[in-house]
Amino acid sequence: MGPGMGPETLSDRVPIMRMGEDLLITLQGDLDDLTVESIERGVTSEVARMRACGALIDISGLDVVDSFVAGALGRLVQMIRLLGAEAAIVGIRPAVAITLVQLGVSLPGVTTALNAEQGMARLRRTRVNGNTGVRP
Amino acid sequence: MTTTTVVIGGESDLLRVRSTMREYARHAGLSLTATTKVVTAGSELTRNILRYATGGQGVASIEEAASGQRRGVRAVFADQGPGIADLDQAMCSGFSMAGGLGLGLPGSRRLVDEFAIDSAPGHGTRVAICQWDH
Repeated sequence: MGPGMGPETLSDRVPIMRMGEDLLITLQGDLDDLTVESIERGVTSEVARMRACGALIDISGLDVVDSFVAGALGRLVQMIRLLGAEAAIVGIRPAVAITLVQLGVSLPGVTTALNAEQGMARLRRTRVNGNTGVRP
Repeated sequence: MTTTTVVIGGESDLLRVRSTMREYARHAGLSLTATTKVVTAGSELTRNILRYATGGQGVASIEEAASGQRRGVRAVFADQGPGIADLDQAMCSGFSMAGGLGLGLPGSRRLVDEFAIDSAPGHGTRVAICQWDH
């Protein structure tokens, strides 16, 4: 995914893989403000450039998700949807799910799945059912 | 008892707070869930310091806690920031002074076994949390 990713080392920290018509974005390590911003820029430009139909955000590599990261995830999903693609978050760890609910974070309307495979299947089912609307 | 102190000046210190808390939690034998919760709380409180405290300056002091048969991890987050004018309001979910989700303080309190906060305008803020192994 070298070309079009810009001079940042985003692709090193946040691998974005194309899988057919969809993108798989893998978040890992600890996310600070600058990383989140460059993720938002990188993902939105990739979705638009690849004319992706769907994007999976894999957070199985995050063992801690605080309210800041949760907010960033929610906004990322919104951005992807504004571009006409579907988005889903996959790989939420059980301990993270417990913590997020207790923290009071809800991700309303955000599609989730246990892993990338199930996430892809859900995205495709959504497409077949015609929920994503017409893409230009 | 050893205490590890992390001066919170920038984002990289957030990582250090988390890894330090994780290590103390592991040493105290906390479960994965208890560890995730207390490290998340620590992350929230550290971000508060970065976001609100003057120049992002604050200190996290992390140590192992012991009480009878119980072991745990205790962390104190102190800063010389502006202090909180209305503590009740700040402890309400959804209230944020900086466009955040407003969950940091009340959320952290829910995640840990013990939570104490001291804050007043002009006197900075001090939050102490403790998570036990059982």
